[in-house]
Amino acid sequence: MSDLSLENAQSGPAARRRVRAFDAIVLVLAMLALWQAIGSWTHGVAVSPPLQTLTYLSGLLRTWMFWDHAAATLEAFVLAFVLSALIGLALGLLFGVRRFAGEVAEPILAGFYTIPKVTLYPVVLLLFGLGMSAKVAFGVMHGLVPMTLFTLGAVRNLPPVLVRTARVLRLSPERTMRWVLLPACLPDIVNGLRISFSLSFLGVLIGEMFSSQRGLGFLLVNGMAQHNVPLSTAVVTVIVAVAIVANTLMLRAGRRFARRPDAVAK
Amino acid sequence: MMRRRAALVVRTAILASSIVLLEIGCRSGLVDSLAVIPPSDMVASMVDQIGSGELNASIATTFSTILLAFGLAVVLGTAGGALIHRLPRLRDVADPLLASYYSVPTFIFYPLLVALLGLGKAPLVVLGILSAAPAVVISMLSGLDSVAPVLMKLARVHRLSPARTLWWIVLPAALPHLFTGFKLALSYALIGVIAGEFILSGTGLGYAISFAYQSFDNRTMYGVMLFVLLVAVVANGILYVWEGRLARRRSRG
Repeated sequence: MSDLSLENAQSGPAARRRVRAFDAIVLVLAMLALWQAIGSWTHGVAVSPPLQTLTYLSGLLRTWMFWDHAAATLEAFVLAFVLSALIGLALGLLFGVRRFAGEVAEPILAGFYTIPKVTLYPVVLLLFGLGMSAKVAFGVMHGLVPMTLFTLGAVRNLPPVLVRTARVLRLSPERTMRWVLLPACLPDIVNGLRISFSLSFLGVLIGEMFSSQRGLGFLLVNGMAQHNVPLSTAVVTVIVAVAIVANTLMLRAGRRFARRPDAVAK
Repeated sequence: MMRRRAALVVRTAILASSIVLLEIGCRSGLVDSLAVIPPSDMVASMVDQIGSGELNASIATTFSTILLAFGLAVVLGTAGGALIHRLPRLRDVADPLLASYYSVPTFIFYPLLVALLGLGKAPLVVLGILSAAPAVVISMLSGLDSVAPVLMKLARVHRLSPARTLWWIVLPAALPHLFTGFKLALSYALIGVIAGEFILSGTGLGYAISFAYQSFDNRTMYGVMLFVLLVAVVANGILYVWEGRLARRRSRG
Protein backbone atom coordinates (compact mmCIF):
# COMPACT_ATOMS: atom_id res chain seq x y z
CA MET A 1 0.00 0.00 0.00
CA SER A 2 2.71 2.45 1.04
CA ASP A 3 4.88 1.25 -1.85
CA LEU A 4 2.24 2.19 -4.35
CA SER A 5 1.76 5.72 -3.02
CA LEU A 6 5.53 6.19 -2.96
CA GLU A 7 5.74 5.17 -6.58
CA ASN A 8 3.01 7.64 -7.48
CA ALA A 9 4.76 10.43 -5.63
CA GLN A 10 7.99 9.71 -7.45
CA SER A 11 6.47 9.68 -10.90
CA GLY A 12 5.33 13.28 -10.39
CA PRO A 13 2.00 15.02 -10.01
CA ALA A 14 1.31 15.18 -13.77
CA ALA A 15 1.57 11.41 -14.17
CA ARG A 16 -0.52 10.90 -11.08
CA ARG A 17 -3.19 13.21 -12.45
CA ARG A 18 -3.16 11.23 -15.69
CA VAL A 19 -3.64 7.97 -13.79
CA ARG A 20 -6.46 9.54 -11.84
CA ALA A 21 -8.20 10.85 -14.97
CA PHE A 22 -7.89 7.41 -16.53
CA ASP A 23 -9.38 5.78 -13.45
CA ALA A 24 -12.21 8.30 -13.38
CA ILE A 25 -13.06 7.53 -17.02
CA VAL A 26 -12.99 3.80 -16.27
CA LEU A 27 -15.34 4.38 -13.35
CA VAL A 28 -17.79 6.39 -15.45
CA LEU A 29 -17.74 3.72 -18.15
CA ALA A 30 -18.30 1.00 -15.53
CA MET A 31 -21.32 2.89 -14.17
CA LEU A 32 -22.76 3.35 -17.66
CA ALA A 33 -22.24 -0.37 -18.30
CA LEU A 34 -24.04 -1.21 -15.07
CA TRP A 35 -26.91 1.08 -16.03
CA GLN A 36 -27.05 -0.56 -19.47
CA ALA A 37 -26.92 -4.02 -17.88
CA ILE A 38 -29.82 -3.28 -15.51
CA GLY A 39 -31.75 -1.79 -18.41
CA SER A 40 -31.33 -4.72 -20.75
CA TRP A 41 -31.57 -7.35 -18.00
CA THR A 42 -35.03 -6.11 -17.01
CA HIS A 43 -35.98 -5.45 -20.66
CA GLY A 44 -36.57 -1.82 -19.80
CA VAL A 45 -39.51 -2.34 -17.42
CA ALA A 46 -37.79 -0.47 -14.59
CA VAL A 47 -34.92 1.51 -16.03
CA SER A 48 -34.37 2.51 -19.62
CA PRO A 49 -30.81 2.10 -20.95
CA PRO A 50 -28.50 5.18 -21.08
CA LEU A 51 -28.67 5.87 -24.79
CA GLN A 52 -32.43 5.54 -25.00
CA THR A 53 -32.79 7.75 -21.92
CA LEU A 54 -30.59 10.47 -23.40
CA THR A 55 -32.51 10.41 -26.69
CA TYR A 56 -35.77 10.63 -24.79
CA LEU A 57 -34.37 13.38 -22.59
CA SER A 58 -33.31 15.53 -25.53
CA GLY A 59 -36.85 15.26 -26.85
CA LEU A 60 -38.29 15.96 -23.42
CA LEU A 61 -36.18 19.09 -23.00
CA ARG A 62 -37.90 20.53 -26.08
CA THR A 63 -41.40 20.10 -24.67
CA TRP A 64 -43.18 22.92 -22.91
CA MET A 65 -44.63 20.44 -20.37
CA PHE A 66 -41.22 19.54 -18.96
CA TRP A 67 -40.16 23.15 -18.39
CA ASP A 68 -43.48 23.87 -16.72
CA HIS A 69 -42.82 21.11 -14.18
CA ALA A 70 -39.16 22.10 -13.84
CA ALA A 71 -40.18 25.72 -13.19
CA ALA A 72 -42.58 24.62 -10.45
CA THR A 73 -39.83 22.64 -8.72
CA LEU A 74 -37.33 25.44 -9.20
CA GLU A 75 -39.65 28.05 -7.73
CA ALA A 76 -40.41 25.95 -4.64
CA PHE A 77 -36.77 25.03 -4.24
CA VAL A 78 -35.38 28.55 -4.58
CA LEU A 79 -37.87 29.86 -2.03
CA ALA A 80 -37.12 27.00 0.38
CA PHE A 81 -33.36 27.34 -0.02
CA VAL A 82 -33.26 31.12 0.38
CA LEU A 83 -35.51 30.96 3.45
CA SER A 84 -33.45 28.13 5.01
CA ALA A 85 -30.19 29.92 4.31
CA LEU A 86 -31.22 33.32 5.65
CA ILE A 87 -33.11 32.11 8.73
CA GLY A 88 -30.47 29.46 9.43
CA LEU A 89 -27.66 32.00 9.16
CA ALA A 90 -29.42 34.43 11.51
CA LEU A 91 -30.28 31.71 14.04
CA GLY A 92 -26.80 30.19 13.85
CA LEU A 93 -25.08 33.54 14.46
CA LEU A 94 -27.48 34.29 17.31
CA PHE A 95 -27.02 30.90 19.00
CA GLY A 96 -23.28 31.07 18.40
CA VAL A 97 -22.86 34.48 19.99
CA ARG A 98 -25.32 33.87 22.84
CA ARG A 99 -23.66 30.79 24.26
CA PHE A 100 -26.40 29.83 26.68
CA ALA A 101 -29.16 30.07 24.06
CA GLY A 102 -26.95 27.91 21.86
CA GLU A 103 -26.55 25.27 24.56
CA VAL A 104 -30.30 25.20 25.04
CA ALA A 105 -31.13 25.04 21.34
CA GLU A 106 -28.47 22.74 19.91
CA PRO A 107 -29.78 19.36 21.19
CA ILE A 108 -33.30 20.26 20.08
CA LEU A 109 -32.03 21.10 16.59
CA ALA A 110 -29.80 18.01 16.42
CA GLY A 111 -32.71 15.83 17.53
CA PHE A 112 -34.97 17.34 14.89
CA TYR A 113 -32.26 16.76 12.29
CA THR A 114 -32.27 12.96 12.82
CA ILE A 115 -36.00 12.26 12.96
CA PRO A 116 -37.78 11.01 9.83
CA LYS A 117 -39.33 14.33 8.85
CA VAL A 118 -41.34 12.72 6.07
CA THR A 119 -43.81 11.49 8.70
CA LEU A 120 -44.55 15.14 9.46
CA TYR A 121 -45.47 15.95 5.88
CA PRO A 122 -49.21 15.32 6.44
CA VAL A 123 -49.15 17.93 9.22
CA VAL A 124 -47.50 20.40 6.83
CA LEU A 125 -50.19 19.62 4.25
CA LEU A 126 -52.96 20.09 6.81
CA LEU A 127 -51.49 23.41 7.96
CA PHE A 128 -50.51 24.88 4.59
CA GLY A 129 -52.89 23.14 2.22
CA LEU A 130 -51.93 21.41 -1.01
CA GLY A 131 -49.67 23.41 -3.24
CA MET A 132 -46.62 25.60 -3.34
CA SER A 133 -46.50 26.76 0.28
CA ALA A 134 -46.54 23.21 1.68
CA LYS A 135 -43.63 22.20 -0.57
CA VAL A 136 -41.67 25.28 0.45
CA ALA A 137 -42.37 24.69 4.14
CA PHE A 138 -41.26 21.09 3.84
CA GLY A 139 -38.08 22.14 2.03
CA VAL A 140 -37.34 24.65 4.80
CA MET A 141 -37.91 21.94 7.44
CA HIS A 142 -35.11 19.95 5.81
CA GLY A 143 -32.74 22.78 4.98
CA LEU A 144 -33.01 25.08 7.98
CA VAL A 145 -31.46 22.89 10.69
CA PRO A 146 -28.16 22.00 8.96
CA MET A 147 -27.61 25.65 8.06
CA THR A 148 -28.20 26.68 11.67
CA LEU A 149 -25.98 23.93 13.10
CA PHE A 150 -23.09 24.64 10.72
CA THR A 151 -23.16 28.39 11.40
CA LEU A 152 -23.47 27.76 15.13
CA GLY A 153 -20.48 25.42 15.07
CA ALA A 154 -18.43 27.89 13.04
CA VAL A 155 -19.07 30.75 15.45
CA ARG A 156 -18.45 28.58 18.48
CA ASN A 157 -15.11 27.26 17.19
CA LEU A 158 -13.90 30.72 16.30
CA PRO A 159 -10.40 31.46 17.67
CA PRO A 160 -11.06 33.65 20.72
CA VAL A 161 -8.30 36.02 19.64
CA LEU A 162 -10.52 37.31 16.83
CA VAL A 163 -13.32 38.29 19.16
CA ARG A 164 -10.81 39.87 21.54
CA THR A 165 -9.27 41.86 18.69
CA ALA A 166 -12.71 43.11 17.73
CA ARG A 167 -13.24 44.16 21.33
CA VAL A 168 -9.87 45.89 21.48
CA LEU A 169 -10.71 47.79 18.31
CA ARG A 170 -14.06 48.68 19.90
CA LEU A 171 -16.08 47.49 16.95
CA SER A 172 -19.82 47.79 17.35
CA PRO A 173 -21.73 44.42 17.39
CA GLU A 174 -22.88 45.00 13.81
CA ARG A 175 -19.37 45.72 12.57
CA THR A 176 -17.98 42.75 14.54
CA MET A 177 -20.54 40.63 12.76
CA ARG A 178 -19.78 42.11 9.35
CA TRP A 179 -16.00 42.33 9.51
CA VAL A 180 -14.96 39.58 11.93
CA LEU A 181 -17.56 36.85 12.42
CA LEU A 182 -18.87 36.50 8.86
CA PRO A 183 -15.48 36.36 7.08
CA ALA A 184 -14.01 33.98 9.66
CA CYS A 185 -16.97 31.62 9.42
CA LEU A 186 -17.28 31.77 5.65
CA PRO A 187 -15.85 28.32 4.77
CA ASP A 188 -18.16 26.62 7.28
CA ILE A 189 -21.09 28.72 6.14
CA VAL A 190 -20.49 27.64 2.54
CA ASN A 191 -20.46 24.02 3.75
CA GLY A 192 -23.72 24.61 5.59
CA LEU A 193 -25.18 26.14 2.43
CA ARG A 194 -24.13 23.05 0.49
CA ILE A 195 -25.84 20.63 2.88
CA SER A 196 -28.84 22.89 3.19
CA PHE A 197 -29.04 23.09 -0.61
CA SER A 198 -29.25 19.34 -1.09
CA LEU A 199 -31.61 18.76 1.81
CA SER A 200 -34.10 21.45 0.85
CA PHE A 201 -33.99 20.05 -2.69
CA LEU A 202 -34.79 16.62 -1.22
CA GLY A 203 -37.61 18.09 0.88
CA VAL A 204 -39.22 19.78 -2.12
CA LEU A 205 -38.93 16.62 -4.23
CA ILE A 206 -40.44 14.37 -1.53
CA GLY A 207 -43.26 16.88 -1.15
CA GLU A 208 -43.93 16.70 -4.88
CA MET A 209 -43.74 12.92 -4.92
CA PHE A 210 -46.29 12.49 -2.16
CA SER A 211 -49.07 14.75 -3.23
CA SER A 212 -48.74 17.34 -5.89
CA GLN A 213 -49.85 17.93 -9.44
CA ARG A 214 -46.79 19.76 -10.64
CA GLY A 215 -43.03 19.55 -10.41
CA LEU A 216 -40.31 17.07 -11.24
CA GLY A 217 -41.15 14.82 -8.27
CA PHE A 218 -44.70 14.52 -9.56
CA LEU A 219 -43.43 13.88 -13.08
CA LEU A 220 -41.25 11.04 -11.76
CA VAL A 221 -44.03 9.31 -9.81
CA ASN A 222 -46.46 9.90 -12.64
CA GLY A 223 -44.04 8.41 -15.18
CA MET A 224 -43.80 5.35 -12.98
CA ALA A 225 -47.56 5.07 -12.57
CA GLN A 226 -48.10 5.29 -16.33
CA HIS A 227 -45.31 2.76 -17.00
CA ASN A 228 -43.49 5.45 -18.94
CA VAL A 229 -40.05 4.13 -18.00
CA PRO A 230 -37.96 6.49 -20.21
CA LEU A 231 -39.75 9.47 -18.68
CA SER A 232 -39.03 8.51 -15.08
CA THR A 233 -35.45 7.48 -15.86
CA ALA A 234 -34.89 10.79 -17.68
CA VAL A 235 -36.28 12.78 -14.73
CA VAL A 236 -34.03 10.89 -12.30
CA THR A 237 -31.05 11.59 -14.58
CA VAL A 238 -31.82 15.32 -14.65
CA ILE A 239 -32.20 15.50 -10.86
CA VAL A 240 -28.98 13.57 -10.22
CA ALA A 241 -27.05 15.72 -12.70
CA VAL A 242 -28.32 18.98 -11.18
CA ALA A 243 -27.54 17.80 -7.65
CA ILE A 244 -24.00 16.68 -8.49
CA VAL A 245 -23.12 19.82 -10.47
CA ALA A 246 -24.45 22.14 -7.75
CA ASN A 247 -22.65 20.20 -5.04
CA THR A 248 -19.34 20.18 -6.92
CA LEU A 249 -19.50 23.94 -7.51
CA MET A 250 -20.23 24.60 -3.85
CA LEU A 251 -17.46 22.24 -2.70
CA ARG A 252 -15.03 24.18 -4.88
CA ALA A 253 -16.28 27.51 -3.55
CA GLY A 254 -15.88 26.27 0.03
CA ARG A 255 -12.32 25.13 -0.63
CA ARG A 256 -11.46 28.43 -2.27
CA PHE A 257 -12.71 30.40 0.74
CA ALA A 258 -10.84 28.10 3.09
CA ARG A 259 -7.61 28.68 1.14
CA ARG A 260 -7.90 32.44 0.82
CA PRO A 261 -4.75 34.17 2.08
CA ASP A 262 -6.72 36.24 4.57
CA ALA A 263 -8.59 33.19 5.83
CA VAL A 264 -8.13 32.34 9.46
CA ALA A 265 -5.91 29.38 10.18
CA LYS A 266 -7.74 27.14 12.57
CA MET B 1 -21.56 21.41 34.87
CA MET B 2 -23.96 23.88 36.49
CA ARG B 3 -24.33 25.57 33.17
CA ARG B 4 -25.16 22.32 31.41
CA ARG B 5 -27.78 21.49 33.99
CA ALA B 6 -29.27 24.97 33.65
CA ALA B 7 -29.41 24.53 29.86
CA LEU B 8 -31.14 21.18 30.35
CA VAL B 9 -33.72 22.73 32.67
CA VAL B 10 -34.43 25.63 30.30
CA ARG B 11 -34.66 23.24 27.34
CA THR B 12 -37.12 20.97 29.13
CA ALA B 13 -39.15 23.99 30.20
CA ILE B 14 -39.32 25.31 26.63
CA LEU B 15 -40.39 21.95 25.20
CA ALA B 16 -42.94 21.35 27.96
CA SER B 17 -44.44 24.80 27.67
CA SER B 18 -44.75 24.55 23.89
CA ILE B 19 -46.66 21.28 24.34
CA VAL B 20 -48.91 22.93 26.94
CA LEU B 21 -49.44 25.94 24.65
CA LEU B 22 -50.38 23.64 21.77
CA GLU B 23 -52.81 21.82 24.05
CA ILE B 24 -54.42 25.11 25.12
CA GLY B 25 -54.45 26.37 21.53
CA CYS B 26 -56.21 23.25 20.29
CA ARG B 27 -58.72 23.11 23.15
CA SER B 28 -59.63 26.76 22.84
CA GLY B 29 -60.03 26.57 19.07
CA LEU B 30 -57.15 28.93 18.24
CA VAL B 31 -55.53 26.11 16.26
CA ASP B 32 -57.70 24.52 13.61
CA SER B 33 -58.88 21.21 15.08
CA LEU B 34 -59.04 19.74 11.57
CA ALA B 35 -55.30 20.33 11.20
CA VAL B 36 -53.82 19.54 14.59
CA ILE B 37 -55.30 17.55 17.45
CA PRO B 38 -54.38 18.28 21.09
CA PRO B 39 -51.17 16.53 22.26
CA SER B 40 -53.07 14.63 24.97
CA ASP B 41 -55.28 13.10 22.24
CA MET B 42 -52.17 12.14 20.26
CA VAL B 43 -50.81 10.27 23.27
CA ALA B 44 -54.19 8.64 23.94
CA SER B 45 -54.45 7.54 20.31
CA MET B 46 -50.93 6.13 20.37
CA VAL B 47 -51.63 4.18 23.57
CA ASP B 48 -54.95 2.89 22.14
CA GLN B 49 -53.38 1.66 18.95
CA ILE B 50 -50.45 -0.02 20.61
CA GLY B 51 -52.66 -1.53 23.32
CA SER B 52 -55.17 -2.92 20.84
CA GLY B 53 -52.40 -4.57 18.81
CA GLU B 54 -53.57 -2.93 15.56
CA LEU B 55 -50.08 -1.71 14.90
CA ASN B 56 -48.21 -4.92 15.75
CA ALA B 57 -47.93 -6.12 12.17
CA SER B 58 -46.78 -2.71 10.91
CA ILE B 59 -44.27 -2.34 13.72
CA ALA B 60 -42.83 -5.78 13.00
CA THR B 61 -42.53 -5.12 9.24
CA THR B 62 -41.03 -1.68 9.58
CA PHE B 63 -38.46 -2.50 12.23
CA SER B 64 -37.37 -5.75 10.64
CA THR B 65 -36.86 -3.86 7.37
CA ILE B 66 -34.89 -1.11 9.10
CA LEU B 67 -32.71 -3.59 10.99
CA LEU B 68 -32.06 -5.63 7.86
CA ALA B 69 -31.10 -2.52 5.90
CA PHE B 70 -28.95 -1.23 8.75
CA GLY B 71 -27.17 -4.57 9.25
CA LEU B 72 -26.42 -4.97 5.56
CA ALA B 73 -25.29 -1.35 5.32
CA VAL B 74 -22.87 -1.88 8.21
CA VAL B 75 -21.44 -5.08 6.73
CA LEU B 76 -21.19 -3.73 3.17
CA GLY B 77 -20.00 -0.32 4.33
CA THR B 78 -17.17 -1.58 6.55
CA ALA B 79 -16.05 -4.08 3.92
CA GLY B 80 -16.23 -1.43 1.19
CA GLY B 81 -14.41 1.10 3.35
CA ALA B 82 -11.63 -1.37 4.15
CA LEU B 83 -11.29 -2.26 0.47
CA ILE B 84 -11.15 1.37 -0.66
CA HIS B 85 -8.59 2.09 2.06
CA ARG B 86 -6.35 -0.70 0.82
CA LEU B 87 -6.40 0.48 -2.81
CA PRO B 88 -5.18 4.09 -3.21
CA ARG B 89 -6.10 4.20 -6.88
CA LEU B 90 -9.66 3.19 -6.11
CA ARG B 91 -9.68 5.75 -3.32
CA ASP B 92 -8.67 8.57 -5.66
CA VAL B 93 -11.80 8.00 -7.74
CA ALA B 94 -14.04 7.08 -4.83
CA ASP B 95 -13.36 10.18 -2.72
CA PRO B 96 -15.08 12.70 -5.02
CA LEU B 97 -17.99 10.26 -5.44
CA LEU B 98 -18.42 9.93 -1.70
CA ALA B 99 -18.12 13.70 -1.26
CA SER B 100 -21.08 14.36 -3.51
CA TYR B 101 -23.06 11.20 -2.77
CA TYR B 102 -25.32 12.73 -0.15
CA SER B 103 -26.12 15.71 -2.35
CA VAL B 104 -28.07 13.39 -4.61
CA PRO B 105 -31.54 12.80 -3.21
CA THR B 106 -31.22 8.98 -3.11
CA PHE B 107 -34.89 8.82 -2.45
CA ILE B 108 -35.77 9.53 -6.09
CA PHE B 109 -34.44 6.08 -6.98
CA TYR B 110 -37.20 4.51 -4.94
CA PRO B 111 -39.84 4.40 -7.73
CA LEU B 112 -37.24 2.80 -10.00
CA LEU B 113 -36.41 0.27 -7.29
CA VAL B 114 -40.08 -0.58 -6.88
CA ALA B 115 -40.37 -1.18 -10.59
CA LEU B 116 -37.22 -3.27 -10.51
CA LEU B 117 -37.86 -5.38 -7.42
CA GLY B 118 -41.62 -5.24 -7.00
CA LEU B 119 -43.60 -3.70 -4.18
CA GLY B 120 -42.50 -5.21 -0.89
CA LYS B 121 -39.59 -5.45 1.44
CA ALA B 122 -36.82 -5.67 -1.16
CA PRO B 123 -36.94 -2.12 -2.59
CA LEU B 124 -37.20 -0.68 0.94
CA VAL B 125 -34.15 -2.63 2.10
CA VAL B 126 -32.18 -1.52 -0.95
CA LEU B 127 -33.27 2.08 -0.41
CA GLY B 128 -32.20 1.85 3.23
CA ILE B 129 -28.81 0.44 2.23
CA LEU B 130 -28.36 3.10 -0.46
CA SER B 131 -28.95 5.84 2.09
CA ALA B 132 -26.99 4.28 4.97
CA ALA B 133 -24.00 2.38 3.55
CA PRO B 134 -22.01 5.39 2.20
CA ALA B 135 -22.05 6.95 5.69
CA VAL B 136 -20.42 3.75 7.01
CA VAL B 137 -17.87 3.77 4.16
CA ILE B 138 -16.95 7.40 4.87
CA SER B 139 -16.58 6.81 8.60
CA MET B 140 -14.59 3.60 8.02
CA LEU B 141 -12.19 5.53 5.80
CA SER B 142 -11.69 8.35 8.27
CA GLY B 143 -11.39 5.79 11.08
CA LEU B 144 -8.68 3.85 9.26
CA ASP B 145 -6.93 7.11 8.38
CA SER B 146 -6.90 8.10 12.02
CA VAL B 147 -5.00 5.01 13.21
CA ALA B 148 -1.64 6.46 14.29
CA PRO B 149 1.38 4.97 12.44
CA VAL B 150 3.00 4.27 15.80
CA LEU B 151 0.22 1.82 16.61
CA MET B 152 0.83 -0.09 13.41
CA LYS B 153 4.54 -0.17 14.25
CA LEU B 154 3.64 -1.50 17.66
CA ALA B 155 1.66 -4.29 16.02
CA ARG B 156 4.63 -5.13 13.86
CA VAL B 157 6.97 -5.16 16.84
CA HIS B 158 4.68 -7.59 18.58
CA ARG B 159 4.45 -9.64 15.39
CA LEU B 160 0.66 -9.68 15.46
CA SER B 161 -1.07 -11.54 12.67
CA PRO B 162 -3.20 -9.37 10.35
CA ALA B 163 -6.40 -10.62 12.00
CA ARG B 164 -5.13 -9.84 15.49
CA THR B 165 -3.82 -6.46 14.34
CA LEU B 166 -7.27 -5.69 13.06
CA TRP B 167 -9.00 -6.84 16.24
CA TRP B 168 -6.58 -5.45 18.85
CA ILE B 169 -5.17 -2.35 17.19
CA VAL B 170 -7.11 -1.06 14.19
CA LEU B 171 -10.68 -1.53 15.37
CA PRO B 172 -10.24 0.02 18.84
CA ALA B 173 -8.38 2.98 17.32
CA ALA B 174 -10.98 3.52 14.60
CA LEU B 175 -13.97 2.91 16.84
CA PRO B 176 -15.02 6.51 17.57
CA HIS B 177 -15.22 7.28 13.84
CA LEU B 178 -16.97 4.00 13.11
CA PHE B 179 -19.48 4.64 15.84
CA THR B 180 -20.41 8.02 14.36
CA GLY B 181 -20.90 6.26 11.03
CA PHE B 182 -23.13 3.58 12.57
CA LYS B 183 -25.19 6.23 14.31
CA LEU B 184 -25.72 8.11 11.06
CA ALA B 185 -26.40 4.85 9.23
CA LEU B 186 -29.16 3.91 11.66
CA SER B 187 -30.93 7.22 11.33
CA TYR B 188 -30.53 7.24 7.53
CA ALA B 189 -31.87 3.68 7.28
CA LEU B 190 -34.80 4.66 9.48
CA ILE B 191 -35.54 7.77 7.42
CA GLY B 192 -35.16 5.93 4.10
CA VAL B 193 -37.39 2.99 5.01
CA ILE B 194 -40.15 5.06 6.59
CA ALA B 195 -40.10 7.59 3.74
CA GLY B 196 -40.34 4.75 1.23
CA GLU B 197 -43.27 3.20 3.05
CA PHE B 198 -44.89 6.61 3.23
CA ILE B 199 -44.70 7.39 -0.49
CA LEU B 200 -45.33 4.02 -2.09
CA SER B 201 -45.96 0.81 -0.17
CA GLY B 202 -48.66 -1.44 1.22
CA THR B 203 -47.35 -2.14 4.70
CA GLY B 204 -45.50 -0.65 7.61
CA LEU B 205 -45.72 2.38 9.85
CA GLY B 206 -45.02 4.91 7.10
CA TYR B 207 -47.86 3.43 5.08
CA ALA B 208 -50.13 3.52 8.16
CA ILE B 209 -49.52 7.28 8.46
CA SER B 210 -50.14 8.05 4.81
CA PHE B 211 -53.21 5.76 4.75
CA ALA B 212 -54.67 7.53 7.78
CA TYR B 213 -53.94 10.91 6.17
CA GLN B 214 -55.65 9.94 2.96
CA SER B 215 -58.72 8.66 4.80
CA PHE B 216 -58.91 11.87 6.90
CA ASP B 217 -58.37 9.87 10.09
CA ASN B 218 -56.33 12.49 11.93
CA ARG B 219 -56.49 10.81 15.31
CA THR B 220 -54.91 7.59 14.02
CA MET B 221 -52.43 9.55 11.94
CA TYR B 222 -51.15 11.62 14.86
CA GLY B 223 -50.98 8.54 17.10
CA VAL B 224 -48.78 6.58 14.68
CA MET B 225 -46.74 9.67 13.88
CA LEU B 226 -46.01 10.28 17.56
CA PHE B 227 -44.97 6.65 17.97
CA VAL B 228 -42.55 6.79 15.03
CA LEU B 229 -41.02 10.05 16.22
CA LEU B 230 -40.66 8.77 19.78
CA VAL B 231 -38.92 5.61 18.58
CA ALA B 232 -36.56 7.67 16.39
CA VAL B 233 -35.74 10.09 19.21
CA VAL B 234 -35.21 7.29 21.75
CA ALA B 235 -33.02 5.25 19.39
CA ASN B 236 -30.86 8.27 18.57
CA GLY B 237 -30.73 9.26 22.22
CA ILE B 238 -29.48 5.82 23.30
CA LEU B 239 -26.74 5.89 20.66
CA TYR B 240 -25.79 9.43 21.66
CA VAL B 241 -25.41 8.48 25.33
CA TRP B 242 -23.51 5.31 24.44
CA GLU B 243 -21.16 7.26 22.20
CA GLY B 244 -20.48 9.73 25.00
CA ARG B 245 -19.70 6.88 27.37
CA LEU B 246 -17.31 5.30 24.87
CA ALA B 247 -15.55 8.63 24.37
CA ARG B 248 -15.18 9.10 28.13
CA ARG B 249 -13.77 5.60 28.56
CA ARG B 250 -11.25 6.33 25.82
CA SER B 251 -10.12 9.59 27.32
CA ARG B 252 -9.57 7.83 30.64
CA GLY B 253 -7.26 5.50 28.77
